[in-house]
Amino acid sequence: MDPVEAGPPEIQIAEEQVVESQIAEWRAYVAKAPAVDGRDVDELEAHLRDQIAELDAADLSADEAFLVAVKRMGSLDTLSREFAREHSDRLWKQLVLGGDDEQARPSGGWVEALGFAAGAAVAIQVARLLAHFPDEEPVWFLRNIGLLVLPFLAGYFAHRRRRLDVRQWVLTAVPFVVAALVVNLYPYRPDAATELLVAAHLPVVLWFAAAYPYMGGTVRSHERRMDFVRFTGEWAIYFVLIALGGGVLLALTGAILDPIGVDIDRIAEWVVPSGAAGAVVVAAWLVESKQHVVENMAPVLTMLFTPLFAVMLTVAAVTYAVSGVSGAFDRELLGVFDALMVVVLGLVLYAMSARDPSRPPGLMDRIQLLAVASALVLDVMVLGSMVARIGDLGFTPNRVAALGLNLVLLVNLAGTAWFSTRFLAGRTAFHRLERWQTRYLPVFALWAAIVVAVLPPVFAFA
Amino acid sequence: MRIDKDLVAASATPLVLAILAEGENYGYAILKRVRELSAGELEWTDGMLYPLLHRLSRLGYVTTEWRTPDEGRRRRYYVLTDDGRAALAEQQRQWATVTRALGDVWRGPGGLMPALGGA
Repeated sequence: MDPVEAGPPEIQIAEEQVVESQIAEWRAYVAKAPAVDGRDVDELEAHLRDQIAELDAADLSADEAFLVAVKRMGSLDTLSREFAREHSDRLWKQLVLGGDDEQARPSGGWVEALGFAAGAAVAIQVARLLAHFPDEEPVWFLRNIGLLVLPFLAGYFAHRRRRLDVRQWVLTAVPFVVAALVVNLYPYRPDAATELLVAAHLPVVLWFAAAYPYMGGTVRSHERRMDFVRFTGEWAIYFVLIALGGGVLLALTGAILDPIGVDIDRIAEWVVPSGAAGAVVVAAWLVESKQHVVENMAPVLTMLFTPLFAVMLTVAAVTYAVSGVSGAFDRELLGVFDALMVVVLGLVLYAMSARDPSRPPGLMDRIQLLAVASALVLDVMVLGSMVARIGDLGFTPNRVAALGLNLVLLVNLAGTAWFSTRFLAGRTAFHRLERWQTRYLPVFALWAAIVVAVLPPVFAFA
Repeated sequence: MRIDKDLVAASATPLVLAILAEGENYGYAILKRVRELSAGELEWTDGMLYPLLHRLSRLGYVTTEWRTPDEGRRRRYYVLTDDGRAALAEQQRQWATVTRALGDVWRGPGGLMPALGGA
């Protein structure tokens, strides 16, 4: 800046102060945009100052230079929308999901959420009464639990997104209708193992089916898929919190009513199924509207449990390698390892969803890679021993389901380990690792669907 | 001449990649270079450059670093990576095909060029 050109020095200083305060105001204003974070504002401010300096040199007064520079930067609305498109992970933290297509409703949407929750609660209660659960335990009731609850979740999303057209409504409904037909028309034999497998896998299939209305039909978008992963993680946290609270409430009710001779088990029979079904929708609503409560929890949980799991898995891998697998091997082991891999995958996904993709690799990424690698080594040992023995043991529906799940998870974690290694070596961007996970999501849905639809006929409904 | 909005948007990525292929740079200087190269015909809204740069960074085409040069203010510098070079090469192939096709049809017999050439 040249004071000779811009006027007497004292005016120059006054003008500079004015511009400084204008820049500070502009900065505060830009910082309010949800998808623009502090370092972006720094970057934009550096740009603004460069522009002002250049315009100053071209004989504009500081005041005019500021106005022109701000104008060139573009309207804040457009700017923040562009930032939002690129940084949807930040938006997620700031609750502006849905963007300008979705107007904020004054009620926060809780009336609708409660309506869908009540629907799920009533549906499950009616079915329970028909099934005389838990005095009897008819398998048709277990088989249909997913179908009684998750359509309400899908309906809630479809209603909330508001921009589904007729075709998308049909596509939302199709998986549920097909599932209802498949699950209820198959002629299962009495005490069929496949029937219980269907009961366990159907909710997974339907959960992915609910992803379609959740994403407003844009299932190909990797960013939206990552949002759904994030949603699933946060939903699980809220559901557990509600379950814990509900447990305390029920226990206290029992303690209070016990002296006057009311049997708490009778109350629980009514309250627990409906409460759990309703909580599925309520937890979803909480995730959607009260995001910032939990967003700080996912990083903390990962920070806490990733190292613990890494230690546990490394110790287990070393022990197994030394002692050999065969001694410890039994039928249940594969199920245990499936559970283990699911937990490791959950940790990976939590960490991924809570991570800023632009951060360079750090200690936590290394610890996580250690956990994943140890889990892989363990699983390969167990799987090898299982495959070696499958000849004597023979294929049963349970074994096929457990083995298939194990392979699906193994491939996922092997890919995760590969991309993390490359990321840590600085050979690829974190974004590749994210892509691997979001691309892999349909495989989980597909495997669960195979267990529900293909496995029963293959084993003659036994 | 006002260049169509869609065309500006489509050419933004290859332009930025190509400018970064000349050497590391920061946002304001990249924009100045765009104006210089297009003789001021390509008008960008300044702010829009940054989401684009962040996208390139997420895709692993560029790495970034905050630095304060000896004279001047603290700025975020962008450096092209090998992935970015590969993406640029791919973009170049695509744009070469498009411009060749357009050139052929405009020069060809009965094409637009003779008609416009008289003007």
